[in-house]
This record gives sequence, structure tokens and C-alpha cells, in this order.
Amino acid sequence: MMSRAVDVDAEGFMTDATQWDRDVAAAIAAEAGISPLTDRHWQVVEFMRERYLESGSAPSIRTLGKASGVPIKELYELFPKGPAKLAAKIAGIPKPRGCI
Amino acid sequence: MKRIVIIGGGTGGTIVANRLRRETAVEELHLTVVDRDDLHVYQPGLLFVPFGLEEPEDIVRPRHSQLHEGIEFIEADVDLVDSERSAVRLTDGRELPYDALIVASGAALLYEETEGLRGPGWGESVFSFYTVEDATALRDALADFDRGHLVVDLVDMPIKCPVAPLEFCFLVDWFLRERGVRDAVEITLATPLDAAFTKPVAAERLGGMLTGRGIGLETEFATGRVDGAERKLISWDEREIPFDLAVVVPIHGGAPFIERSPGLGEELGFVDVDIHTLRAKAAPNVFAIGDAASLPTSKAGSATHFEAETLCANVERVLGGEEPEGTYDGHVNCFIESGFHKALLIDFNYEVEPLPGRYPEPHVGPLALLGESRLNHLGKLAFQPLYWHVLLPGRDIPGVG
Ligand SMILES: Cc1cc2nc3c(=O)[nH]c(=O)nc-3n(C[C@H](O)[C@H](O)[C@H](O)COP(=O)(O)OP(=O)(O)OC[C@H]3O[C@@H](n4cnc5c(N)ncnc54)[C@H](O)[C@@H]3O)c2cc1C
Repeated sequence: MMSRAVDVDAEGFMTDATQWDRDVAAAIAAEAGISPLTDRHWQVVEFMRERYLESGSAPSIRTLGKASGVPIKELYELFPKGPAKLAAKIAGIPKPRGCI
Repeated sequence: MKRIVIIGGGTGGTIVANRLRRETAVEELHLTVVDRDDLHVYQPGLLFVPFGLEEPEDIVRPRHSQLHEGIEFIEADVDLVDSERSAVRLTDGRELPYDALIVASGAALLYEETEGLRGPGWGESVFSFYTVEDATALRDALADFDRGHLVVDLVDMPIKCPVAPLEFCFLVDWFLRERGVRDAVEITLATPLDAAFTKPVAAERLGGMLTGRGIGLETEFATGRVDGAERKLISWDEREIPFDLAVVVPIHGGAPFIERSPGLGEELGFVDVDIHTLRAKAAPNVFAIGDAASLPTSKAGSATHFEAETLCANVERVLGGEEPEGTYDGHVNCFIESGFHKALLIDFNYEVEPLPGRYPEPHVGPLALLGESRLNHLGKLAFQPLYWHVLLPGRDIPGVG
């Protein structure tokens, strides 16, 4: 993999979703201790990205549990600690804000 | 004659019905409000009930008497919305055809989505305060709670009035101090967020206020289940918080009929709307307001109040064959809404956090609720049995505004 710079915010979330590709995702995941990304990981990451590009905001954990096809319990196994946050980071989209 | 049906006679439904009634002639518009009961609860008052600062019966009034003359009130449960045929079906089989529909059905409390929440221990060591019944049961339990670990747990966002769990913490801290038992009680706030609140500056300030009062904060705690028999909360990633008394704010979702109505809701059951026009994506003559709408703003009476202006104008436009205008900007502030068309708008003298890059632009967020000055007022109000009698009629309270 070629080394390449991407723009991130203070917490490591990419600020330009167009700089993202699957290699970038794998690199961010590896840095967070997830390697390799399995099909189940990808299912979540791709769902997040699609939702974000469609709606402009990152889905919450509950939306993931209901609509991504991966139940909440498994989400926590795939993306330890904060699945929505970690999956968003890997998907190259801003941090989910939860709600306001 | 056009027919408007409004589902829900709470804060939003009542404001919108009265506003539309004022603005239009009775011959022009037939207005119907449907609600499943005739009990309008002043929900902000629920926060005070557990501490005996408010009597449950004092925060409930008949819904129909809040509605202006010339508005039909139907007490019935909505089964579903058939937006293709422009009709609302009630569970008793009746149908209400409409030219425009306004969904103001609020947020439903989904206790059952958290395993064990209403299982063993419910009403003994596990409580909530988002309904009159729950707040009253908690009041009875708090009255003789004098030692142990009290955990306030917010299961998941979004919730109505996102600062309410924090306010609850501050009030319970005060309540226990007043009773001289604070030293024997440990208080913890458990939240799925990574800080005390969603917004950085507010979160920092609130975090400091918790620390200052000796209240513990357990962040990124996503409650998976409640074990009332063993008295512990268990997160999805298997962390445990033991408790003697748990005060749990349940998961919120849209009213169940929304899910049954084709095309109306998003995953969480809130009505999928355009965030600026408040028109539902399901049909051009359907709108939503307040907690029922899937808006990226707080589920609060103040937001609902601001939305009403845009909504009424757009309903009238659409009925007149025009396009709606995207005038709602997510505005929410510290507006203590009475539920009875009376309200108190409190302006705090404190800095508003600009929220760069956040929808829709830097604005007064729920931060306005967070100034210490409000807490002082709550404290003051807490000592004043006249709270409702002064606040609800919208009279000035000395030192406020
Ligand atoms: C503890 C607490 C404290 C709060 N504090 C504040 C505060 O300080 N400031 C603030 O601005 N906001 C506060 N809020 C939030 C505020 O009360 C709500 O945001 C506001 O009431 C929302 O209005 P609404 O019209 O959307 O919903 P509601 O007022 O809840 O009305 C919804 C109505 O729809 C009806 N309905 C639902 N389903 C059906 C059906 N199938 N058939 C018929 N009718 C149905 C319900 O019966 C209900 O009457 C607080 C809320 C709580 C719970």
C-alpha cells in the first residue's frame, strides 16, 4: 500500500469523505487494532458510508442494530467500545453526534 | 372547505391547532385533533415530581380545554396513516379523510427495547420519571432512600429534553443534601455519550458541575440489559454498574402507528421529514412537528414551538397549491413550555457555543438550559410551591428574563 495523506480532525475522523477508499479503511482499522476487516466489518462500514452520503449524518448504534443487518451485540464484538464511532472512523465519515 | 387532521393533542398538536384556528375562518377549514386520551401532561413538571416539588395532579389538565373553540377533539387511538388515500384509520375502525395531515404524536417510551428494564426489581429498585406514573412511583421510593448507590442511566439518544437526566442528578444531589443523607449515597450518571452531554462546551461545563457535586460520570456506557434481581446495569460490552436504586430513561422511538404506515417513518419510527419545511417525504400533504419528527435538533417543547410557525405557514401554502418554504433552522432554546399556550422564555446571560459545521449554523442550542443560573432558579422554584401558578400563566418571575 502506498503511503498517502488524508485529512483528519483532532479525534482522527476524516474530514473529506472523498479521500476514502478501502485501503484507507483498512489502514485506519489496523491502527485501531482491527485487522483484517472481515465481511461482517465491511457490511457495517459500507452501510454507514452509504447512509452518511445519503442523509448527511452518521447513523447511531440503534440505527445500525436495526438496519445494517448486524445485531447490536455483534457490533460491540466487531468494533469494541464504541461501534458507531469506530465504524464511522473506518468508513471515513464524521463522528456520529448521537443526538442533540 | 378543507380538512386538516392533527394526530396528537400534546404540545405541538395544541399549538398548531390553535394557531391555524386563529388564522383561518371556520368555513374555510375544518380542524380535527385526535388523541388517545384527554390528559395533557405538562412534561417539564415531571422532573419535579420525584422530589415532591410538584404534585402529579397539578401537571395534568384536560386536552380539549386547551383547544380553541371551533376545533374538533376526537378521543381515539390512531391505527395507521394511509397517505396514498389521504386518510387516517383509527383503531375503532373509523376513518378520517384529510386534505392535510399533521403528525404531532410525540415520542414513545420503549421500555421493552431494554432487556429486564421492567422485569424483576421494576418499581422496587428500578424506576423512571418520564411519565406521571413513573415519576410518582420514584417519588415514593426516594422518600425513604437514605443510603447506597443511586444510578441515573440514559439508555440511548435521542430522548426528550436531553438535559433532563443531568438536571435530575443535580436535583437529587440537592434533595439528598436537604435530607442530610447525601454522604451515605453515591450518585453516578451513566451515559452512552463520551461526555456529560453531546456538545463539547456544554459537556465540559456540565462535567465540571457533576464533579463539583461529587456525582460520578460513567461514559460510553450503552445499556444492554437491566438485572433488577442482582441490581446491576450491564452494557452491551459487558461492563457492569451495581446499584441500589436505578433511575432509567428508556429508549425513545416514534409512535407505533408510524411504523405501520407505509413510507411514513425512518428506522427509529420518527416521521421522515424535510428538516427545513417539515413536510414528510411520504406525501406532499403530510407534515410532522415536535418529538415525532426526525429532526437533528433537540426533542423539546421550545423546538416544537419554533417549528409551529414554519409548519402552519407551509400547511396553508400547500393547501393553496403552493410549494412549502424551508424556513425552520433548527432553533431551540430554553423555553419552558406550559402545554397550555402559555410559556416563559428565559434568556440567560451566558455564552452560546458556536457549533462550527453543525446543522444548521451556530445557534442557541440546548446550552441555554445549562447555565448555572437556571439551576439556581430550579433551586429557587423548588422551594416555591407557587411554581406553576406563576410560571404557567406566563407571569414574570422576579430575576428571570
Ligand atoms: C421529564 C421531561 C422534562 C422536559 N423538560 C423540558 C423543558 O424543560 N423544556 C422543553 O422545551 N421541553 C422539555 N421537555 C420536552 C417536551 O415536553 C416535549 O418535547 C414536547 O412536549 C413535545 O411535544 P409534542 O407535541 O411533539 O409531543 P407530546 O406533547 O408528547 O404529544 C404527543 C401526543 O400524541 C398522542 N399520541 C401518540 N400516539 C397516538 C396514537 N396512536 N393515537 C392518538 N394519539 C396519539 C399522545 O397521547 C400525546 O398526547 C421535557 C420532557 C420530559 C419528559
